[in-house]
Amino acid sequence: MTAATPTLSQPQNITEKPPVTRRRRPGSTTILVTGLLVVAALYFLVPVYWVVVAATKTSGDLFATNGFLFAPHFVLWDNLANVLAYGDGIFVRWFLNSILYAGVGALAATYFAAAGGYALAKYNFRGNSFIFGLILGGVLVPGTATALPLFLFFSQLGIANTYWSVLLPSLVSPFGLFLCRVYAQATVDPALLEAARIDGAGELRIFHSVGLRVLTPALVTVFLFQLVGIWNNYFLPLVMLSDSKLFPITVGLNNWLSQADRLPEFYQLTTGGVLLSVIPLAIAMIVLQRFWRGGLTEGAVK
Amino acid sequence: MSTAAETAHPAVPRREGRDRARQQRRAVTSAPWILLAPFLALFALTFIFPIIAAVGSSFTKVTRSGLFGEMGVHSGFAGFENYARALGDGSFVASIGRVLLFGMVQVPVMIALCTVLALLLESASAKWPGFFRAAYFMPYGVPGVIATILWSFLYVPGLSPLVDAAGSVGLTVNFLGPDTVLWSIANIVTWSYTGYNMLIVIAQLKAIPSEVYEAARVDGAGPLRVAWTIQLPLIRPALVLTTVFSIIGTLQLFAEAQVLQTVAPAVNSQYTPNLSAYTTAFAYNDYNVAAAQAVLIALAAFILSFTFLRFTNRKSS
Repeated sequence: MTAATPTLSQPQNITEKPPVTRRRRPGSTTILVTGLLVVAALYFLVPVYWVVVAATKTSGDLFATNGFLFAPHFVLWDNLANVLAYGDGIFVRWFLNSILYAGVGALAATYFAAAGGYALAKYNFRGNSFIFGLILGGVLVPGTATALPLFLFFSQLGIANTYWSVLLPSLVSPFGLFLCRVYAQATVDPALLEAARIDGAGELRIFHSVGLRVLTPALVTVFLFQLVGIWNNYFLPLVMLSDSKLFPITVGLNNWLSQADRLPEFYQLTTGGVLLSVIPLAIAMIVLQRFWRGGLTEGAVK
Repeated sequence: MSTAAETAHPAVPRREGRDRARQQRRAVTSAPWILLAPFLALFALTFIFPIIAAVGSSFTKVTRSGLFGEMGVHSGFAGFENYARALGDGSFVASIGRVLLFGMVQVPVMIALCTVLALLLESASAKWPGFFRAAYFMPYGVPGVIATILWSFLYVPGLSPLVDAAGSVGLTVNFLGPDTVLWSIANIVTWSYTGYNMLIVIAQLKAIPSEVYEAARVDGAGPLRVAWTIQLPLIRPALVLTTVFSIIGTLQLFAEAQVLQTVAPAVNSQYTPNLSAYTTAFAYNDYNVAAAQAVLIALAAFILSFTFLRFTNRKSS
């Protein structure tokens, strides 16, 4: 595994390349390439632009005016106030639920994946490779295939339609364990562990003080993966939950949209809700995208 | 795995260290299990157990005696009956055909698009690569449901400025018609995941050593030549990985179709295999056939992923 550290230090190698092309054809290539990139950016940003515009309109203007142009009546704040106030602030509740599911789920899943991956990488014991193979198979199992039987089982236990029914399955990340194992094998120095042992540190203490610290770059990747995965999950909460107070934002907003063909005011609620849920995520993605590099390569190379 | 040999023989041969060494050895044998325990327990609960349960219930039939089942419910071994019923259901088979067609078109388009964008962004000629990278990656943070709601606003006649614009130049477009809605869904999926796949490709592009580029420059290779003969072969592992994940994702299609149901009559309750299993379970309450369908979907995902991996391995050797 040489990919672990080099990826972080290598960007400058690629930027050494510019002089070649730039010297040969000064302007035209840059204009062409940038033009193509702008077209692609328009494609990715247009739906978000539309919802920003739509959220500023009254229900009447929404259907009467051009979707890409602002209407004479600017009612963004009224619309957003309606979204937040509707149904005793149910939208805020959905938002907080999503934060709870994704935040707690991703944090715990990262810790469990780190402990498991570290154990599989740094100890040789009977069943090691069998367990790893089993978990690796889990990476390929479609998440939706387990949701139905899990619902039936949770119903029998009486925990379907509770926070636990969505949280428990979110605590497991086979892909995260895979990344942690690969990363621990490449970076956690056996001599460091041996030194800690001679100092008399217990095995768990060594994991928490040495292992976790060395694994940090991989942990960031696993955490972000799991965070986005849980935040975007729709099938599991849809299957598990029937109480709208427990909904995450995905199930909640679709609930609003499905009422829009009967009650057009739900169009305004849905567009406002979509805007409020997309903005923080879009900002988070833009801020976080640079953290995705290191660990992702590991998955790609291996 | 040389680490184990080292841990099994702590380097303390002194007499007074012997007790501690033995104690430590015991800790070394139990520690991995303690560390693995929480993950394994949850993995067993949420992966292994449901899979066994699904396979089990797909081979089970439930018979109710009496008109309303008041005489008791019996379950027994059903053989492949549930599978026969799942595969005998024309709509379910059609939904598999539909997502296969979808995958054959959408996955190559998306992989090509993300590769081109990655190469352009990593080429020296791109301006503001940071901005573009962030803009392309942004949709990955938008849940599939919300992405579908967003795009459905751009598809629905009356709301959509795109339909209006086409209408003003005399074109009638119907994004939600029976022939077009599958490709409207393909567009949503492409919009959501291109940027994510692009980041994986970029990560691999960045791992190409600069000497390779230098050698190419000495040989007088232009940027297109470099992309075709150097970059593309070297990012193959990333492309294989993203393709396998895309195949699995395609077979799991659910949210996009389920959400579009409200605005597109062409999308029925068995439009994708997963939607079909969901409907069988919750609308028809037929959990055993639904379990058979879920097993079939997982099997199809496995077979397709492995076939693709075999195919790419053979090609490279």
